[in-house]
Amino acid sequence: MTAPAEKKIVRPYGDTTGDGMVQVSFTLPVPHDKRAEGAAVQLANKMGIDPAMLVHAKQMGDGFTFFVVYGRVNHLVDLSQVQVVERDFPLLSAKEVNAVVKQKLRRKLSVVGACIGTDAHTVGIDAILNVKGIAGEKGLEYYRELKVSNLGAQVSVPELVEAARREKADAVLVSQVVTQRDAHLHNTREMSAAFREAMPAGKRPLLIVGGPRFDETMTGELGVDRIFGRGTTPGEVASYLVHALITNKKARA
Amino acid sequence: MSGKLELDPALVARARELARRAGQPVVELARSHTTVSVERAVLRLAGVTGADPDGIPWVNRLVDAVVADVGLGHGVAVPVFDALAREQISDVTLLAQKAAAGSVRFAQPTGRAATAAGKAARRAVAAGVRRIDRRRAERDRLVKRYGDPKQRPWIYLIVATGDIYEDIPQAQAAARAGADIIAVIRSTGQSLLDYVPEGATREGFAGTYATQENFRLMRAALDESSRELGRYVRLTNYASGLCMPEMATLAGLERLDMMLNDSMYGILFRDINPIRTFVDQRFSRQVHARAGIIINTGEDNYLTTADAVDEAHTVTVSQLLNEFFAHEAGLADWQLGLGHAFEINPDLPESFRLELAHALLARELFPDAPLKWMPPTKHMTGDVFRGNLLDGFFNLVGAMTGQGILLVGMMTEAVVTPWLSDRDIALQNVRYVLGASGGLHEDFVPAPGGFIQQRAHRVLGEAVDLLDRIGDQSLLTAIAEGTFGIMKRPADRGKGLDGVAKHEADYYNPATEILEGDRP
Repeated sequence: MTAPAEKKIVRPYGDTTGDGMVQVSFTLPVPHDKRAEGAAVQLANKMGIDPAMLVHAKQMGDGFTFFVVYGRVNHLVDLSQVQVVERDFPLLSAKEVNAVVKQKLRRKLSVVGACIGTDAHTVGIDAILNVKGIAGEKGLEYYRELKVSNLGAQVSVPELVEAARREKADAVLVSQVVTQRDAHLHNTREMSAAFREAMPAGKRPLLIVGGPRFDETMTGELGVDRIFGRGTTPGEVASYLVHALITNKKARA
Repeated sequence: MSGKLELDPALVARARELARRAGQPVVELARSHTTVSVERAVLRLAGVTGADPDGIPWVNRLVDAVVADVGLGHGVAVPVFDALAREQISDVTLLAQKAAAGSVRFAQPTGRAATAAGKAARRAVAAGVRRIDRRRAERDRLVKRYGDPKQRPWIYLIVATGDIYEDIPQAQAAARAGADIIAVIRSTGQSLLDYVPEGATREGFAGTYATQENFRLMRAALDESSRELGRYVRLTNYASGLCMPEMATLAGLERLDMMLNDSMYGILFRDINPIRTFVDQRFSRQVHARAGIIINTGEDNYLTTADAVDEAHTVTVSQLLNEFFAHEAGLADWQLGLGHAFEINPDLPESFRLELAHALLARELFPDAPLKWMPPTKHMTGDVFRGNLLDGFFNLVGAMTGQGILLVGMMTEAVVTPWLSDRDIALQNVRYVLGASGGLHEDFVPAPGGFIQQRAHRVLGEAVDLLDRIGDQSLLTAIAEGTFGIMKRPADRGKGLDGVAKHEADYYNPATEILEGDRP
């Protein structure tokens, strides 16, 4: 967590500093008429957009209307109050990661990855683990000093715990894409609880979850060591592994 | 030399021959093995319905009971109908209930008892196949009455709320807004369930369970829409995962019109055992052939895990294999919705021309197949404005290359399951592009020897090279070594392997006999 000392207030920028202009779109469950347009403006006003310009309204199907609204928002953003998880470890190249593992750990670092629960979307875990990687960056399988075991989709929590034990995992990576009914949160809690139950604190692998809809500040609540959000690259994950397991090991609670 | 790409007919013929050579050993494997799901499909055709109080279908209970007594390798038809005669029961579902309670023993009869049981089984299964035939004739009548969509490609939209009663009004609204085909996405856990859930369902994860009752409800609702709109609205579901043969059977019985049915998807993306998949796949395709169902194959998936330029030829190879397996199972060209997708990184120079080359290659290789053109997903970033533009270019490729089925892309792909407004904006995009350039494929002829022709020739050449390599080692080895979509899938691993058995000498499957014997 970081909190810059200087206070800085900003407002949205349309085409002039301080104009506060925003654009929003939404649907109301009413047919398109004058009253519907008035309702859209009322909603925009309640959202702090005043004056609100209704620039587009279109009926969809029987009883729905889609609106686009532009307008000036009266809220202010205080940058000193923003709370985010900043990267608190150095970003290493694949070569550097391999070198640190080889010199300091003196064995291969074992990583087990899976999509757990009913989630069948392996896009995320594959992007991080497969040699192919993502965005021109190779996945963890490419790292000579990492031993990667990708269990794939729809792995049950007991299967994952067993695989982590078998592979003597230093870290367990879990990917969750499906968020219907907060499945990603339930699955993650179930997973971290199972590891806590199965292994004593010192023996427990580093638990990492990733997915586009996670809040990166929820580690404590979900019982995991790290959460990676959308846009995470294999290099960031590898760098974090080295940081948390080797170079900064003591800091781990 | 032929067509817009001036493909070498000798090379195209060689590609098909190599696909046959790679696929034939797999067909032999499929002809000499059975699976629990194939046998359950036979029992569904023979009239076993319903589920026990825990929701486990009676077909599962019955197959499990037969397997416990005599094993799977004889097929369940003869032991079941032998027991029916011995117990003097007329209803197969009642037999399943008794078997589940442990009050019936099964045996593999010989001599006259075996002949009689075989005949009785064939009679019962034939009645089930006749029901599928009647549903196909009914579809033909309705298409004649209401008509096909006026334009090509047909517009394919996805509905997926998890609740069938929520899906129905959404599907009807989508049809009114212009969708020609409604696909109900399945709950994400379903492909790995080794049974088909029963009844109408109201809860699912990122999709709605495929059940016979859900099929029936949605088809009835879309029949209403077809009547209202004056065009036959088609319904799609999934014959994939561990219950592929049963899904195909239920789709035939409930007059679904299209089924996703890829020859390798389950192996590569769900880690289902390769032999299980190929056996299940052959039976399911035989049912689809009989039922007049159009299959949709899943080549788009390769491009979401592998690079869409480097691995473009794996799509062509998979299309050729899917075509071979489909023809072998009795499907006609008009039933082959071979898949491909717009998944090239848009930051790559000339990405649009590459997409055109790939799409046109598929079009020219399979001129009589209603190709299924799939929208961008991998490079949809959450920037909905850029996403809508990409979808527009995707639609344009569809129009320029004469695709048969166009899955409508959502600008909110990778953000949320589509909102009502997302679908409306996406359909507006499709309508604009098809309205503005629907006939562009008539004028669009790439320059001879130009970029597009060269690229298409190169992809075809790479596909032939890959098929050549597969030919020397067998398709199962190629899959084991990760040739398709990077995943390595050995034949002795994967889910569902314990439900596979080699045929005994007296194996009998009346459904296969009927489906292979009197193809329409």
